[in-house]
Amino acid sequence: MHPDVSEIWNWLEQVPDPEIPVISVVDLGIVRNMTWKGQTLEVALTPTYSGCPATSVIAMDVETALRDRGIDRICIRSKLSPPWTTDWISEKGRKRLEEYGIAPPRQSGGPEKCPLCGSKAVERVSQFGSTPCKAQWRCKSCLEPFDYFKCL
Amino acid sequence: MTAGGDEFEFLCRMGDNALVLGQRLSEWCGSAPALEEDIALANTALDLLGQAKMWLDLAAEVEDAGRTSDDLAMKRDVMDFRNLLLVERPNGDFGHTMTRQFLFDSWHVEMLKELADSKDARIAEISAKSAKEARYHVERSAETVIGLGDGTPESHSRMQTALNELWSYVGEMFHDDEVDMSMARSKLAPLPSNLRSGFDRRFRKVVEAATLIPPTGAYAHLGGKNGIRHTEHLGHILTQMQWLQRAYPESEW
Ligand SMILES: [Zn+2]
Repeated sequence: MHPDVSEIWNWLEQVPDPEIPVISVVDLGIVRNMTWKGQTLEVALTPTYSGCPATSVIAMDVETALRDRGIDRICIRSKLSPPWTTDWISEKGRKRLEEYGIAPPRQSGGPEKCPLCGSKAVERVSQFGSTPCKAQWRCKSCLEPFDYFKCL
Repeated sequence: MTAGGDEFEFLCRMGDNALVLGQRLSEWCGSAPALEEDIALANTALDLLGQAKMWLDLAAEVEDAGRTSDDLAMKRDVMDFRNLLLVERPNGDFGHTMTRQFLFDSWHVEMLKELADSKDARIAEISAKSAKEARYHVERSAETVIGLGDGTPESHSRMQTALNELWSYVGEMFHDDEVDMSMARSKLAPLPSNLRSGFDRRFRKVVEAATLIPPTGAYAHLGGKNGIRHTEHLGHILTQMQWLQRAYPESEW
C-alpha cells in the first residue's frame, strides 16, 4: 500500500525553497503534479527561471523528503509547459514572502507597498536583484532597500 | 540533409546564440559600471545559459547520437558552433554591450513568439518559457539604450558609435538559408525574414527615443549561423568556456 497523493502534497509543503526558505516548493508553484504509476511515484516539477540554479537543488530536496517518508521509487521529471508563472504562488506563499521582507509579485509590475514599513512611496532601483526571480526596489519613506518578487 | 539534420542544425543555432551571448555577458561579472548593472547582466546571462541548456538538450535528443548538451557545449570546436556573428562580438564598453543586447533581444522576442507555435511541441514549450524571459530582457536593454543615447554627449556619442559598428551584424538574424527554409516548410520555425517587420517597429521606436541616427547600410556579415565563417573572437571565447574540458578531458563535476 502506498500513501495517498493528497498526503504527499502535505509532506512537500514542508520542503522549503533553497533560496527563499520561508516559502515551500508547493507554495511557490514548482510542484505541478504527482501520480502513482504502479509502485512508482511520478513527480512533475517546473523550473521558475530557465537558468535558476535552485532547480536541481529543489529536485534533490523533493527526492530526499520523499525518501525520508519511505517512498523509494520516485521518478522526477521536468515539466516546461505551461511555463511557470508567479500567479501560481499561493496566497499563503505571498503572505510569507511579505513577512520575510520580499514584496510579492503583482500584475502591474511593481510592489504595492514597502514590506518593511507599509509605505506606498516606493521606487525601482533595478529590474534585477539577488536571484533571477527578484528585482531591487527602495522605500522613499523608511529609505530601506527591499527585494520585489518579479511578476512572470 | 535529412529533416532531423535540419532540426538539429536549427536547435544548435538557438542554443549556441544563448550559450555564446551568456558567456559574453558573464565577462562583465565583477566589472560592470555599477553594482545593479553587474547583477542585471549576470542574471541575463543566467537566463540565457538556462535557455541554452534546454535547446541543446533537445538538439542532443533530436540528433540521437549519444551526445549530451554538455558534450555539445563543451566539446565542439569553433566551426561546429552555429551562433550568429553578432553574439560573439567583443563586449566593448558598457554601451556597446547594451546595444548588442538590444539588437539581439529585439530579434529574440520575435523569434520566440513565433516558435511558440511550432509544430514540434518540444520547441514550442521551450520557446514559451524563454519568451517570458526575453521580454524582460528587451524591456531593460531598450530602456538602457534610450537612457544612454538620450544621455550625456559622451554617452550619446558612444551609443551612436556602437550602433554604427554593430549594424552590419543585424542582417544575419533575418537571412533565410536552406535550414531555415526547410524548418519553415515543416512548420517547425518561422522564416527569419518574416521577423524583420516586428524587429524594425521596435528598433525605430527605441532608436528615435534614444535620439540616435538609425544606420542604413544594407551590408550584412554572414557565416555564423551556418558555421562557415565565424570571426576570430569565437575561438577566444571557447578557450575560456571550454577550458576545463580541454585541460582535463572527460572530467565530471
Ligand atoms: Zn518602508
